[in-house]
Amino acid sequence: MSEHLPALLVVVPLLLAPVAALVGRWKVAWAVAAAACWWTLYASVSLLQRIRVEGPISYELGGWVPPYGIEYRIDLVSIFVAIIVAAIGAVTIPYARTSIAKEVEEDRGPLFYAAFLLCLSGLLGISVTGDVFNVFVFLEISSLSAYSMIALGKDRRALTASFQYLIMGSVGASFIVIGIGLMYVMTGTLNMADLAVRLPEVADNRTIPVAFTFLTVGITLKLALFPLHLWLPNAYTYAPSAVTAFIASTATKVSVYLLLRFFFTIFGETFSYEAMQLDMVLMPLSIVAILAMSLVAIYQANVKRLLAFSSVAQIGYMVLGISFGSVLGVTAGIIHLFNHALMKGALFMAMGCVMYSVGSVRIEKMAGLGKRMPWTMAAFVGGGLSLIGVPATVGFVSKWYLVQAALEQGSWAIAGVVMVGSLMALIYVWKVVEVAYFQEPDPDHEIREAPLSLLLPTWALVAASFYFGIDASLTADVATQAAETLIGGIQ
Amino acid sequence: MDDRVILRVGTKILTPFILIFALYVQFHGDYGPGGGFQAGVIFAAAFVLYALVYGLGNAIKVLPPRVAYACGALGVIIFVGVGYGSMALGGEFLNYSVLAHDPLHGQHYGIIGVELGVLVTVFGVMVSLFYAFAGRRRIES
Repeated sequence: MSEHLPALLVVVPLLLAPVAALVGRWKVAWAVAAAACWWTLYASVSLLQRIRVEGPISYELGGWVPPYGIEYRIDLVSIFVAIIVAAIGAVTIPYARTSIAKEVEEDRGPLFYAAFLLCLSGLLGISVTGDVFNVFVFLEISSLSAYSMIALGKDRRALTASFQYLIMGSVGASFIVIGIGLMYVMTGTLNMADLAVRLPEVADNRTIPVAFTFLTVGITLKLALFPLHLWLPNAYTYAPSAVTAFIASTATKVSVYLLLRFFFTIFGETFSYEAMQLDMVLMPLSIVAILAMSLVAIYQANVKRLLAFSSVAQIGYMVLGISFGSVLGVTAGIIHLFNHALMKGALFMAMGCVMYSVGSVRIEKMAGLGKRMPWTMAAFVGGGLSLIGVPATVGFVSKWYLVQAALEQGSWAIAGVVMVGSLMALIYVWKVVEVAYFQEPDPDHEIREAPLSLLLPTWALVAASFYFGIDASLTADVATQAAETLIGGIQ
Repeated sequence: MDDRVILRVGTKILTPFILIFALYVQFHGDYGPGGGFQAGVIFAAAFVLYALVYGLGNAIKVLPPRVAYACGALGVIIFVGVGYGSMALGGEFLNYSVLAHDPLHGQHYGIIGVELGVLVTVFGVMVSLFYAFAGRRRIES
């Protein structure tokens, strides 16, 4: 069984998704989904332990030898992303039980859990596969199920948000498949390791830069890099709370992983950064993302929307790290993948608690919530501190690495941008804190604290964001090794 | 459509042939053009034609929406189940060679099993889509 773990990691949720859709009753469907989520967490952690001892694992799907068949190739970078996805899935699923029962119509419960498992399976598939066409297939599985989960939101605007995401996401996916097709035409292979060997031979041909461009635009659309982020704010705002928490912490992270895979493993650092001058494109865009999107976040009246714009800014930090092209910069990007998943997961879950008890997440409805829902708002403050980057939180660890990477390049200006971004995060977090703690609650309105089944997962993520902020040795080690693997190429 | 004799009789004659042709495309798929997706669409087309000529109510009697929905999920289970089967017999996921006494037959059975899963899912989803659009107002009443 253990030798099949790389495939099982993906196909256990894939098998249980139709089972969840068939069982009919939503509580049974939930149990099936929960079993799948917790199992994938166990599987990904045991794979990590094996990789740290034995090095990268290769699995030949269907028994066809790579590069002819589909290969699942799991190295430290892949498993790091897979663990983020599996861990967030495992924390979201107990949260979803209460939250989804309130926010989604009852007869759609089984369908929701089926879509959730398909999304999980697709995201895990992207992170473990070593075949570029397989990447596209899993990207579509995860995106299509994400569109349908967003559309389940009770607000009718969820439908238009989901449709907008569908159109933008499909444009991104077709750009990616065009890029993959062009690479296939030039090299005759779809295997990542094989592509990495064959691409330099044909790099003089103009097709390869075109393929590179298509892939870059397609993937940056999927990961919502400014200015291709337009689908994100509405999708995050109107989706059911559990869906927002899950997608915000995983989907864009997996796209950042794809960016790393294509730039470093397949095209190689030399081609991406010297021939294509990728840093000249990514760095300005990510700086604008950090500054402009933080500014937009300050002016939002809906807190979920505020956090969504903040997500676009945070993606800017990740891409900024990657745009340096140095080990330290990529480490900062990778570590922020994990850290941002923790803090945004916690913040969106806290907003889900508010949605559950208050029925709205507009900022004026949150007056006095610090007294009425002390645990929920404390969790929000905890996550907010991380977003700002206060020491002893994960946000600080990310920013520490990012500033170090900037200073290594000698660019004080970029270090300054990171600082300004943090200050702006302070403003938009404070806006919520001020309303919740320093305004009197509406006395006619009886508001109770959210149930424990929502608070526990939220606090699990808050606690993790403090734990990994104080003891960052594990995440920093794995991220540094992962960055070295990427920049060193395939061993 | 009670007075359109030609349409009604024509549909009655054509329906079994459409279904048989779908199965032909399915079983032909492993060594010629065709396969589960096309077969599923053709199979669903027979039901769509029946619904167009004899009305949605009759079509729902023949194939209730719940069955179509279940088919959509069942096909995925068949597909992944073939993969699990080859894993249980000692091969990698979806390694058909271990499914029979020799690899040639194993590949043959495996691909037909997988394509059957695709057929069932595509058929179920196509019919469900048709029901969803055709019955937007009528199905509830």
